[in-house]
Amino acid sequence: MNARHKFLIGSGIIVATLLALAYVGFTQSKTYYHTITELSTLQGASLHQRMRVSGNVRAGSIARVAGRVDFVLTEQGRDLPISYVGRDPLPDTFKDGAQALVEGKMLPDNHFEAEQVQAKCASKYEAAPVGTSAAPQPGQTSTGAGARPSGN
Amino acid sequence: MDILGSFALLLAFLAAVYAVLAGIAGILTRRTLLTKSARNAGMAVFVLVTVAVGCLEYFFFTNDFSIVYVVEHSNRALPGFYKFAALWAGQEGSLLFWSWLLSIYAFLVLFLNRKRHPELMPYVGVVLAGVQTFFLTLNNFVATPFRVLAGPDGAGVMRLAKMSEGHGLTPLLQYPEMVIHPPMLYLGYTGFSVPFAFALAALLGRYPGEKWIHITRRWTMIAWCFQSIGILLGAHWAYAMLGWGGYWAWDPVENASLLPWITGTAFLHSVMMQEKRGMMKVWNVWLVFTTFMLCILGTMLTRSGVVSSVHAFAQSSIGSWFVGFLIITFVVCFAAYWKNRDYLRSDNQLDSLVSRESSFLFNNLILLAACFAVLWGTLFPVLSEWVQGSKISVGAPFFNKVNVPIALFLLLLTGVGPLLAWRKTSFDALKRNFAWPFGGGILAGIIGFIFGFRDIYSLLCLILGVFVTLTIGSEFFRGARVIASRDGTNFFTATGELTMRNTRRYGGYVIHLGMVLVFIGIAGTPFNKDLQKEMAVGESLRIGPYTVLCQNFDHLDNANFESDRATLEVFKNGKSDMMLFPERRLFHASQVTETMVAIQSSPLRDLYVVYAGRSPESGKPVIHAYLLPLIKWIWFGGIVVVLGTGLALLPNRRTALVLRPATERSWADAIAEATPAIGAVARRVEGHD
Repeated sequence: MNARHKFLIGSGIIVATLLALAYVGFTQSKTYYHTITELSTLQGASLHQRMRVSGNVRAGSIARVAGRVDFVLTEQGRDLPISYVGRDPLPDTFKDGAQALVEGKMLPDNHFEAEQVQAKCASKYEAAPVGTSAAPQPGQTSTGAGARPSGN
Repeated sequence: MDILGSFALLLAFLAAVYAVLAGIAGILTRRTLLTKSARNAGMAVFVLVTVAVGCLEYFFFTNDFSIVYVVEHSNRALPGFYKFAALWAGQEGSLLFWSWLLSIYAFLVLFLNRKRHPELMPYVGVVLAGVQTFFLTLNNFVATPFRVLAGPDGAGVMRLAKMSEGHGLTPLLQYPEMVIHPPMLYLGYTGFSVPFAFALAALLGRYPGEKWIHITRRWTMIAWCFQSIGILLGAHWAYAMLGWGGYWAWDPVENASLLPWITGTAFLHSVMMQEKRGMMKVWNVWLVFTTFMLCILGTMLTRSGVVSSVHAFAQSSIGSWFVGFLIITFVVCFAAYWKNRDYLRSDNQLDSLVSRESSFLFNNLILLAACFAVLWGTLFPVLSEWVQGSKISVGAPFFNKVNVPIALFLLLLTGVGPLLAWRKTSFDALKRNFAWPFGGGILAGIIGFIFGFRDIYSLLCLILGVFVTLTIGSEFFRGARVIASRDGTNFFTATGELTMRNTRRYGGYVIHLGMVLVFIGIAGTPFNKDLQKEMAVGESLRIGPYTVLCQNFDHLDNANFESDRATLEVFKNGKSDMMLFPERRLFHASQVTETMVAIQSSPLRDLYVVYAGRSPESGKPVIHAYLLPLIKWIWFGGIVVVLGTGLALLPNRRTALVLRPATERSWADAIAEATPAIGAVARRVEGHD
């Protein structure tokens, strides 16, 4: 067996180990993106996966209850009640009307339990496109200011 | 002025196109006049883009709110410092900035080599101008920074509009580091274009010898250094600004900056295989190509919003331009490689598994594995949507699971590799070189374990960190001792002399040492603690050895922002240690709230305090305190890495001692096996530059 073969065997072991680790890490942290509309069509196991859902925080729906924060996300006329149970304080950008991305899982009573909430501020003004009035409008494409990185 | 700026950009575009066409024509017809003219056009691009950048800065400083880009990213009360930085605060300006930095590099390359490498430089000029053409296309036709604000008047005719006030710079960017972080990262991203140009040029022109690899290596080191600074500044900014107690979240844009850094690192190591042993030529060329393509991919991820990110910049259609450019780049690279692949045949084979060669091979293998894992994880939402139709993202656990073992293995190689001889290392030499450092590492591990370093990865990191430090120390020690005894100088002078004679080798060791410090800093992560508490004046919280006492809450107001501020007194072991002032700022122009973290930093741990706002129930201010061990080592290690790179870039000092060039199995190799440091001195004449 020459050095080349030994190297190839060594590489194979390393790569196999890394693939195994990657697989474990992947299954632990994979998260599905779903729209609120899609949620009602999900069935069986796919309903209990870890997922991310985004939408706008319905104005006036934020209620702070002991130990959690309840609010409603809406998207295209559909609502999803959320309970945020995470420890971290909600980001500064999380307020009525903000675009929010929640991560967690569905509970059997069609409630969504969120462990993480990211919010993009809806208050960053974007200049109106040329041709319309120059008055500021709330930008749909926010700069993502204040969105809090997840993890760690 | 906007006409001048636009016009300069358009001319720059034309000059770049001309540089490509005239350059190709010059190469084909072998007419020096054409080649010269192409080179001059390439240098003119720099002047023209500089004019455009100057125009945009002029608008920022004169508060010209008729320019859309200025309206969106500045306001009258913004401090001048940030007005300057607003140039790269948005899409159009960032792309202009990219072009500008690239044009600076191109100018330097063309100017410094105007009398050198006459067969190689025309190709280099064409490749650089080609890349410039792409970015100037974006600047001119896709994302022009000089768009003027206009609105319809009473008769429905479009008129120039002017706003009295801009919308302000995103508060997250209003932080001194934010002024230097993007330029550093961009200097890295753009800088990798230069090695790419040289590699592609050498391949296309079948440039004889290994000379191009020396040039490429230097430019790669420069770009790599900037990229390292950029990544670390970004991490530090995230740490100091975002108020979540971390510095790295495996966010797509962070990952994007890491990818070319990883392949660049791999190249800087494997290039030595080519220089010393004539191996891995194909690999090296593709590493340089890949690094460049990852830079373009990184810019695309940052700029197009393909993958959602904390940096989530405006979604735009610009991504397809980048995809097109990436495809063209790949096709050109592949064609150049296929046509000239016989030119890249390897001179040697791997002789032994226990050799310097194999340590480099393993180093490259796992760096590439890390790169692939990060790339995969970053692009997974996009890929899964294509393949399965559902968007799946992977989080930090995936990245950590794969990359932490990789990092530790790399750390091991950092210690082992430099002490292995080329070709083959005997078991005796292994024992002699490694017994002490390895013993030291184990000892440190035992001490660490007793003092509570119980996390397995952190403990391994500590053991390996000490091991690497000791091997590096012994390298310096042995080399310096030889010089000291021969020249009769003292040990410190000898160490300096040793370093200056082979800056690349010993600079490299300093970089390794810096990386060890960074790794030790990261190893502190499992020991993080945090505590959140509602606090009124006079109340206190305890975390680790600290007691944080709330002294006062007040409200500040200035033209740019107003803020709620907490005044906290920190006691350590019962004694007053220092005051901290965490804030929450509300910026007037953008109406965005921003957390200003207060950090008390020491080598052992950081106390990191966030004013998290007022509790909605009790109305009392909420203080979130974090205790983060060893973080400071990361930033300090980063500085060491940068200093080491600077050292490695210095030319070697010549010595009076002239030795005969090493041949296969020469006496120099024989000595190298016995004492690697002397071997290095002896082989100095082989030349690193």
